[in-house]
Amino acid sequence: MAEPLLRCTDVGVRFGGLQALAGVDLSALPGEITAVIGPNGAGKTTLINAISGMVQAQRGTFRLGADDITFAPAHERSRLGLVRTFQNLEIFSNMTVLENVMTGCHARLRVPAWASLLRTRASRAMEKTIRDEALEVLDFVGLFELAKYQAKDLPFGKQRLLELARALGARPRLLLLDEPAAGLNMSETQVLADLILAVREHFRLGIVLVEHDMDLVMRISDQVMVLCFGQVISRGTPAQVQRDPEVIAAYLGDDED
Amino acid sequence: MDQASLLQYLITGLTVGATYGLTALGFTIIFNTTGIINFAQGEFVMLGGMMSVFFMRALGLPEPLAIVLAVAGTTLIGALVERLAIRPVRDCPAINLVIITIGVSILIRGAAMLLWGKDTFALPAFSGAAPVAFFGAALMPQTLWVLAISLLILAGLKMFFSRSIHGKAMLACSFDPKAAALVGIGVDRMVLLSFMISALVGAVGGAILAPITLTSFDVGVMLGLKGFAACILGGLGNPFGAAAGGLILGVLESLGAGLISSAYKDALAFVILLALLFVRPSGLFGQKDGKRV
Amino acid sequence: MSVGYRRDMRWLGGFLVVLLLAPPLLGNNYYLTVLTMCCLNAMIAVGLSLLVGHAGQISLGHAGFYGLGAYTTAALSTTLGVPVGLSMLAGVGATSGVAALVGLPALKLKGHYLAMATLGFGVILSILFNETVGVTGGPSGFTGIPRLSLFGVEFSSDLSVYYFILALLGLVIWVAFNILHSRVGRALRALHTSEKAAQAMGIDIARYKLFIFVVSAAFAGLAGVLYAHYLTFIAPASFGFLFSVQLIVMVVLGGMTSVPGTIAGAFFLTVLPEFLRAFENVEILLFGAILVLCMMYLPDGLAGGSSRLWRLVWRKMFVRAEKDPMEGGGNG
Ligand SMILES: Nc1ncnc2c1ncn2[C@@H]1O[C@H](COP(=O)(O)OP(=O)(O)OP(=O)(O)O)[C@@H](O)[C@H]1O
Ligand SMILES: [Mg+2]
Repeated sequence: MAEPLLRCTDVGVRFGGLQALAGVDLSALPGEITAVIGPNGAGKTTLINAISGMVQAQRGTFRLGADDITFAPAHERSRLGLVRTFQNLEIFSNMTVLENVMTGCHARLRVPAWASLLRTRASRAMEKTIRDEALEVLDFVGLFELAKYQAKDLPFGKQRLLELARALGARPRLLLLDEPAAGLNMSETQVLADLILAVREHFRLGIVLVEHDMDLVMRISDQVMVLCFGQVISRGTPAQVQRDPEVIAAYLGDDED
Repeated sequence: MDQASLLQYLITGLTVGATYGLTALGFTIIFNTTGIINFAQGEFVMLGGMMSVFFMRALGLPEPLAIVLAVAGTTLIGALVERLAIRPVRDCPAINLVIITIGVSILIRGAAMLLWGKDTFALPAFSGAAPVAFFGAALMPQTLWVLAISLLILAGLKMFFSRSIHGKAMLACSFDPKAAALVGIGVDRMVLLSFMISALVGAVGGAILAPITLTSFDVGVMLGLKGFAACILGGLGNPFGAAAGGLILGVLESLGAGLISSAYKDALAFVILLALLFVRPSGLFGQKDGKRV
Repeated sequence: MSVGYRRDMRWLGGFLVVLLLAPPLLGNNYYLTVLTMCCLNAMIAVGLSLLVGHAGQISLGHAGFYGLGAYTTAALSTTLGVPVGLSMLAGVGATSGVAALVGLPALKLKGHYLAMATLGFGVILSILFNETVGVTGGPSGFTGIPRLSLFGVEFSSDLSVYYFILALLGLVIWVAFNILHSRVGRALRALHTSEKAAQAMGIDIARYKLFIFVVSAAFAGLAGVLYAHYLTFIAPASFGFLFSVQLIVMVVLGGMTSVPGTIAGAFFLTVLPEFLRAFENVEILLFGAILVLCMMYLPDGLAGGSSRLWRLVWRKMFVRAEKDPMEGGGNG
């Protein structure tokens, strides 16, 4: 078995009196889709936040490949190849679709700031590279035609795709998707599922997928981890998890006593 | 430094600070219902003082009546500002509204200069100018007036917000304007009310301070600045913080003037304010904003 | 985008040509003074619009940076006899340095708190300009500043100074456009809309905020040094809180994110008081009223207003149906 790409151990996050995550371990293998599921408020987004560095975990360690990223700030983690999307869309509404994806390339394709200021030959060449790569990604997710539109004018489903495209612009080693299908209709979800699989093939990356849509999860993920009230209650292949009585209980809201 | 002069600085600081606090309260009330900083707040304070002077001198009215009229007049102007300049464009971005209040403040200042000239005026102290000895410090009767009236206003506002229907409705607006509208609270009315109350509170502050610091058409700029600083110091949006911020700022300034030099008193107050903000980015009593992802 | 960049360059070219030809057409010396002041204010406003309009960070202290540039070069060249070119460089350098020192803690603040911190900084500077009489000459001002000269050659006529300032304004605008059409500009706009998403894309938001703060302060400092050697006299009243506010008004009135709009805002607000001078007493009154009315009836500023007008004319003249590729529904 391959070395895990991401390895989080004993993650604990507390908001005041609320223990949002406690003792969570998570490993994600390269080339695999690791799903994180759980009822509302289980701490899934908090886990993504902790991994991407937007919430500082009080406990636990995070390693990406050979790097210890436990104390790395969010932008540093992104540069190391850990790129996320957001459950509540955070597209750059004041830019065009193309510019959104070009911003995704920010950390990867760079020139010094003074070169941009003076628009040197190197900076112009880099801008062209960024543009071409962004268009390529847009083509990949099927938004090529909309490149010139203002991102805020896109319908919701396309904005979700745009978030994915923007993240892909950064060429991540590990992609963190926070409920990419939320708010999509059936056919859009179908398209998204195929797209996620295609992304894995084409970009050869690992994916951590937080999702409520069980069909989607069962169809595309390799490993599933179930969170409930901040704790891992089950993990395994989709089939194993689906049969786990504890998971069924958590989802049906069955309280034992 | 002996205790008597320390006490003296403290008294002076609290007196001036009380008006900063009232100005800050005005800022807070409008901020809470609209989310904008009203740059014309200082002009309301100026109007309170200048109109009192005008009513006394030009119309020969007794001082209490002149002050009441001045406060009423300023409240009316507050209402006009909202109706004419804010309500028609309420859906614009906040920065546009802020610029409009800047324009309004220039307009009011210009009108005041046109009407009353560039001279400095004094309002007679409410009950004589003979100081009372107080633990070795000299206590002006006007100081007591300022502190008493400020406390009264603070208590009145507290009652208003916690007891009266309108007050509660205004708080509801500030928490969530859409929800407030849904349950039938007229947001328009509340914004109008907040401008009127802010103007009233500001005008009272201006009138009670005028006997101590003199007044002229352009005192609003500096008072507005200090009031805003007091709000931020206390934590924007928190009325109690605003009042406390005003007092703290006043005392800091007065101590700075006494201990260092009067030329640098404002500088000192702002240096401390900056230092404090760098340590506590949302003021003394402000809440950390907890935006979630 | 390169199409947009080319359009902006054409605009810049047109702008420079108009201002190049303006003095002979205006003729009068007084107009030249006003025009020079317009250029200086535009220089500051353009920098400020990068900071406020694009990066979304407010500053109510830019008049302080303007003054810092002016006083630094004045003190160095007049009191210490440093050559003017060198002292101007030092003025811009000192302004940038101070901006970096102040920006480092201040830019951690958000919204109104940042406004307060920058405002407070501006007030402190303005008190220093007033009170350190030995260095600045105090409230009555700093006199006898040498005229603009470079490499020992003095710009003897006001017209030559104007052209020099115009050239530098052109440079400032060019740099501003370069920033906007590059990854730096995208990073700024990104952190304006969503700091979280910007970080997720690997943008070091603290660094970019500081960067643009320093750049905009440097532009203000540049305007300040030019102002000092142009007028040869400076006084603290020019660098106070009210001027900081006026600078913000220029940016907002211009339309926040449009460089041409900002320049229009700067020119408008500089010319308006001169124009209103004819009305003597009601001058301030009118200024306030015009400001309020502009803001009420041009919510997206001069830039937005003129482009709406332009689109209207364009539609009226060349109506044609456009195909909309944005098919496909969505909920949300
Ligand atoms: N910044 C925060 N401050 C305080 N509490 C928070 C914060 N973020 C999350 N929480 C709390 O932590 C718990 C976990 O929230 P989280 O958003 O991680 O849930 P989730 O599993 O993503 O839920 P959903 O499926 O609704 O997205 C919730 O009770 C939430 O209220
Ligand atoms: Mg979530």
